[in-house]
Order: sequence, then structure tokens, then C-alpha cells
Amino acid sequence: MASGVKPRVKTPKTVVAGEAFTIKTLISHKMESGQRKDKEGNKIPRSIINRFTCEINGKSVIDVTMEPAISTNPYFQFDAVTEEAGDVVFTWYDDDGSVYDTTKTVAIG
Amino acid sequence: MEFSRRETIALGLGAAALTFMPFRVEAAAEEVISAFTGGADVGEGGVTITAPEIAENGNTVPIGVAAPGAAAILIIATGNPVPNVATFNFGELAGAQSASTRIRLAGTQDIVAVAKMADGSFVRTSAAVKVTIGGCGG
Repeated sequence: MASGVKPRVKTPKTVVAGEAFTIKTLISHKMESGQRKDKEGNKIPRSIINRFTCEINGKSVIDVTMEPAISTNPYFQFDAVTEEAGDVVFTWYDDDGSVYDTTKTVAIG
Repeated sequence: MEFSRRETIALGLGAAALTFMPFRVEAAAEEVISAFTGGADVGEGGVTITAPEIAENGNTVPIGVAAPGAAAILIIATGNPVPNVATFNFGELAGAQSASTRIRLAGTQDIVAVAKMADGSFVRTSAAVKVTIGGCGG
């Protein structure tokens, strides 16, 4: 597991039913591309997060397939819409099999 | 006016060359696109890229893509060692078929976005980004 992985997510506390709202996510991860070389000239092996998903009450909002060209500390901003209050679940899948997740609750208001 | 078999083939080659000339996208990037589209025809318009004209640091270039009515958007950096950047698949609760992220660019190049529409058709667009310092180490 890559060290110091910490997901950070920003969602509104209350949303209007049926109206789009913006979600911002950031996760600290070095996203080693597999292209860089160390001082001895050996390739540093690839170690990235390769997939990110966001779901509200089990229904998909976005599912991103990530490649090494995504920057260090991957950031995503996208819009979601929901008719009912519930849990917004964010999940990141690491190359080494680790899964990082965080959950936010949105209310209708 | 009648064409011989030979003339017809020559015309076809000429038309194909004309079609591909304006893009000048590297062959590897074209392969990635055809893998995504399954060889289907790709139209123009209906998808937009928001990217800076000049990026000082290729390690983090903020870009956004939007394609109303799309099911998925593929982003390709044609000049990177690995052309794939990301694929956004929009689910039923997506508020808008748009997303922003930060990407690495090895140097000055074109970024291509290919959107798969809900009806199964494909559209593409490209944007040129000048990079002052590349973002692939080495």
C-alpha cells in the first residue's frame, strides 16, 4: 500500500432534488508513472490508482479509468444529481490491490 | 464518366489521404481511438475540451471535457509515451456529462477527446497545448 493516502472530498450538505450539484475529490497519492528512472538508471515501477468510482445509494455517478498520465494527487470535479437523500460513496482502486473509500451524506433541503 | 478499376483505387487512396492529413495524430493514438470506437465512424462536434493554451508545468495540466448526452469520454494525449489518459464513464446519476481533472503531458502536443454518445455514435475533438516543462521525468 502506498503510504500516506488520504482521500478528501467536497460535497454540498444539502442539495435540491433533481438539480445538478458539483462534487470535488482529491486523493493524495504519488501516482508513479513507470516512466521515471532513479539515480542508478533503473526504472521506478509503476504504482498508480487505476480506477475511481462515485455512487449515490448504489447508483453510479461516474466511473473513471485512470492511466499513468493522471497527475500526482489525482483530482476530479464532476456533477451529480439525485432525487433522494443518501450516502455518496467514493472509491479508489490502487494498482497494488488496495481500495480506499470515503462516504459523504447529502440531504434534500 | 466511367472509371477503370485502377482509377477507382487511386481515387479511394487519395480520398483516404485527404481525410487523415489534417489530424496528423500519431499512429499509437489512432490505435487507442479505434480500440475505443471498435472501428466505427467518428464525427466532429458535440464534445468540448477545456485546456490551457500554454501550460508551464507538464506535471499538472488542468483540463476539462464536456459532451452533453455522452455515455463515456476517452481522453488521449497524442505525444505521451502512453497515449491513454483517462476514460470517464457517466452513470445514471451524473448531473452533467462533464468532468475536470489534472493530467501529465510530456511536451507540446494535441489532446484528443472521443465521446461515445448514448445512441452508440462517436464524436471527437482536439486541443493543442504548449508545454514549457515536460511532465514525464527522465
